[in-house]
Amino acid sequence: MKARVHVSLKSGVLDPQGKAIGNALASLGFTGIGEVRQGKLIEIEITDGDRASARAKVEAMCKELLANPVIENYAIELE
Amino acid sequence: MKAAVVIFPGSNRERDVCAALKRASGQDPAIVWHRDTELPPADLIVLPGGFAYGDYLRCGAMAAHSPIMREVKARAQKGVPVLGICNGFQVLTEAGMLPGALLANRTLSFICRDVHLRIETSQTLFTCGYETGQAIRVPVAHGEGNYTADPETLDRLEGEGRVAFRYCSAEGELTDEGNVNGSARSIAGILNETRTVLGMMPHPENVTDPLLGGTDGQGLFNGIVSALQ
Repeated sequence: MKARVHVSLKSGVLDPQGKAIGNALASLGFTGIGEVRQGKLIEIEITDGDRASARAKVEAMCKELLANPVIENYAIELE
Repeated sequence: MKAAVVIFPGSNRERDVCAALKRASGQDPAIVWHRDTELPPADLIVLPGGFAYGDYLRCGAMAAHSPIMREVKARAQKGVPVLGICNGFQVLTEAGMLPGALLANRTLSFICRDVHLRIETSQTLFTCGYETGQAIRVPVAHGEGNYTADPETLDRLEGEGRVAFRYCSAEGELTDEGNVNGSARSIAGILNETRTVLGMMPHPENVTDPLLGGTDGQGLFNGIVSALQ
């Protein structure tokens, strides 16, 4: 099964890339845009175990490596 | 004073820091590869600048989990001083050896130029070669040097005198303009609880030879040698 991990900067943490994207969208003429935040998406193929064990495994991966809890949040989605 | 310099794939300032250490101590540092699981006997461990593992995932994230870091942590816990410069600072935060994190510079650009630093405390084995309040000129070369931590952590760092350096003007004043990358409270370098681990974004090792335009960084290496000898 496939796990998708969305990693995003915590609210309140400055996201200069998101800001730059917002500015670029505005300069292209898009209106009605509030704050833009950029994150990353990591897809992981899980080849053994059931959904519960897969979720637990990916949760551990997030804590140990995939996200930095000082500045980032993560959300896990199992397909 | 015998130093060990850890090299990760993508480190690129190890020769600079080795030259600065040799100039101060008269001894060549030992070079340790990231896959090694043992460190030679050393009075100081250095994590040099560069782009370990290509800065994949987050700067310093991969290096923080490489085999040698277990040993670096164990030595640090025994009180062996650890100095992380630039990418080395990023590795130390990712490894949980220093609080906070380094974000992208607020300008989003890679910044490579001389900046001024104010010595916030000379009461450490790393900064004892300087006077508190002294301003020095040292280069930075980074894209992600914007130090951040939650307000409680920042208060604690300041309250415990664990801010080693702040970005400042040439006169040593804290100005927004002098804060080159937008770091929280202009922080350029911090210490751990025992003041034996220092992480800093600027490169003192690159201003230790008059031929390269300055020697303001020599005080750091001379101070370390005098403290550890």
